[in-house]
Amino acid sequence: MSQKVLDALQGKHGPALELVESQHGDEIAWIKRDHLVTVATWLRDDPAMLFDAPVFVTCIDRLDWRPLGAPASTHWSDASGKPRFEIAYQLRSHTHRHRLRLKIAVPEHDARCPSLAMVWPAFNWQERETFDMYGIRFESHPDLRRIYMYEEFVGYPLRKDYPKEKRQPLVRRDDLPVSTPRFGTKPEGGHR
Amino acid sequence: MAASDVTSLKQLVLGRQDVQDLSDTETELAPELMTINMGPSHPAMHGTVRIVLTVDGEKIVKGDVQPGYLHRCFEKESEHATYTQVFPYTDRLNYVSPMINNCGWAMAVEKLMDLTARIPKRAEYIRVIVSEMSRMTDHLTCIGASAMELGAFTAFLYFLKAREWLYGLLEKVSGARLTHSYVRVGGVSKDLPDNFDAELTHTLDEIVKVMVEVEDLLNNNRIFRDRMAGIGAMTKAQALASGCVGPIARACGVDYDVRKDYPYSIYPEVEFDVPVGTTGDCYDRYLVRIEELKQSIHILRQCLKQIPDGPVVVDDHRVALPPKRDTYNTIESMIRHFKHIVDGIRVPAGEAYSFVEGGNGELGFYVVADGTGRPYKAYVRSPSFVHLSTAEDLIRGHFIADVVPIFGMINMIGGECDK
Amino acid sequence: MGVEITTTRLEDAAKWAKQSLVERATNWGRKFSLFSYPFVTACCGMEFMSVAGPKYDLARFGAEFPRFSPRQSDLLMVVGTVTEKQGPALKRVFDQMAEPKFVIAFGVCASTGGFYQNYSTMPGCDQVIPVDVYIPGCPPRPEQVLDAVIMLMERIQSGRGHSQLRTKRDALIADQAADE
Repeated sequence: MSQKVLDALQGKHGPALELVESQHGDEIAWIKRDHLVTVATWLRDDPAMLFDAPVFVTCIDRLDWRPLGAPASTHWSDASGKPRFEIAYQLRSHTHRHRLRLKIAVPEHDARCPSLAMVWPAFNWQERETFDMYGIRFESHPDLRRIYMYEEFVGYPLRKDYPKEKRQPLVRRDDLPVSTPRFGTKPEGGHR
Repeated sequence: MAASDVTSLKQLVLGRQDVQDLSDTETELAPELMTINMGPSHPAMHGTVRIVLTVDGEKIVKGDVQPGYLHRCFEKESEHATYTQVFPYTDRLNYVSPMINNCGWAMAVEKLMDLTARIPKRAEYIRVIVSEMSRMTDHLTCIGASAMELGAFTAFLYFLKAREWLYGLLEKVSGARLTHSYVRVGGVSKDLPDNFDAELTHTLDEIVKVMVEVEDLLNNNRIFRDRMAGIGAMTKAQALASGCVGPIARACGVDYDVRKDYPYSIYPEVEFDVPVGTTGDCYDRYLVRIEELKQSIHILRQCLKQIPDGPVVVDDHRVALPPKRDTYNTIESMIRHFKHIVDGIRVPAGEAYSFVEGGNGELGFYVVADGTGRPYKAYVRSPSFVHLSTAEDLIRGHFIADVVPIFGMINMIGGECDK
Repeated sequence: MGVEITTTRLEDAAKWAKQSLVERATNWGRKFSLFSYPFVTACCGMEFMSVAGPKYDLARFGAEFPRFSPRQSDLLMVVGTVTEKQGPALKRVFDQMAEPKFVIAFGVCASTGGFYQNYSTMPGCDQVIPVDVYIPGCPPRPEQVLDAVIMLMERIQSGRGHSQLRTKRDALIADQAADE
């Protein structure tokens, strides 16, 4: 639907792009991590683009990515060298009525991404949420600390290797023992 | 007057010498900033937000808003549940307008399966009817609770009475007063009950009367206007850059309504207006919500006239449960029913972002599917979370008592904010 | 101190069911003048509003006014999901209330955690505070809530709320220690 956005992006910032695609009517542009802030500022300020309304930022953890019916080459594994995390930024233009999703591939060993909180203030809290849940450090974020979980929480809960029921209680009744959590006997990483 | 006369007059009035002659104690008693904690259990915090205020007297200098006290892990739970089992979790996101969340999730999964064009017309009309009823309960609760927090207890009780009628009707439709889980992927779970349109028409007429009463009480009420007008104003540019949507953005002059700009379902076939405000303060937000209530009533009346007959679920074996008669009598249907319930709807691998106009604005679901019956990732773009992030800027410079109307009119719903 | 108090229902009936007139009168007063502290967190709050509203009126049972300060209330209604982050706040609010105090766990999330069994949800508010009456339901119908309030009132009248039993147990321990 916003194919012209992708074309303009390819024309102006071709080297910063890794891939463009369109899924179910959504336009997606994969941006290289180091060029993200330049591309984002251009998208916000260029009169033909004018992406003035940020929508969301989140992260996808591909640790358990084994799509049914797809060949094994598309599955994610440690050895394949593909990055484990994908940050997705969704943008909207109020004046031109087009939408765009920017995706950035982030490897596990170097889980950081430039912050867009200075470009659009809405991403301030949302990047904090992504940091809290997935552990992605956003560089030059003004206030990067946990937002949903408490400071004493250890770990990043929405990663696929964090068990769903592993609680870290802050307080319990005096007459109740703080029991060690049993995470069940299901194989980690969801069920098939 | 001679200079000496002025100084002697000042001394007479103030009773002391000029500022340079103040004693050490008086200069050292400089005003200090005080830290006050509001929440997390506070009646005006709608449950679960903690604001650590730094105040200079009564004026707020800085507010550290801390959400997360109702984080119920919608995303993690969705990864372990089938697509249909996620519907109860979506109910509890924006729990004052649950049907809209249900519809949003159903539309996201249908977008992934390319089913959007094949949903039966009757199912679409039913979805819009219950969504608009849920939008009405949302606005009634928001305005009622905000009015109560300002002291207008009568308005709260009148709107609660109106909300009870809507809850009764929604209970007849879905079986539950509040957390319906009524919508399904491909349609809705069951048809409307008999005599529904007569009852809804009667209820709407009664609600119009209640609204007239409450508007008489509040719109030109000196206390209400003093406490709401000019408080928490936001400019149009600020609203857009902060990601604000819904009644809050519309009160600032941002003309954005998903139902008009990216129309979905049968909204192109009904006529309605979108109220847009000017100043962006709390009073404008209140007026926008009152006007949206009237527009929802208008939409409902049109839908009741235009709703066609027909099936309520798409006729696709990948998505719809077989009819009960077949389930109990043929083994193929029983197996199909079993696979649907246990394995879930198989959604082909891919990702999609689909959004609806919730009670608070653009409520979006970003779903990543991997071909199995359980979502790989289900992210909720919750408008309340984004609006709460603007609260810090809105309360700066106001008094502590102004936090209450600002917070009330943001309509931060804990379940949606903290997911 | 080494004083062991174990109770069975028989002992209950023997020792504590015999209530003096004064105790029966004070319990009657307590049960019909419950000042609730609605510790509202989530969706059940909507049903709490309905219960306190004009149709299902909680005021006719004497529990008219919510007192939004724990110092001034004696019924803590934990309405909605309690998360681990909220735990210290809940415990603090409960500790600030003066005896005799009663707790109603409103909704299945406050009772057992409901269908939220995950890293952030406390499996029931009774992990931090003792609960007198549990109300299942997601959210419970207002009639269920009224039933629970009546149940709590019966417990208060018979002197069996957790807080009343604690007071009696402490008095019993003090008596036994004084006898020695």
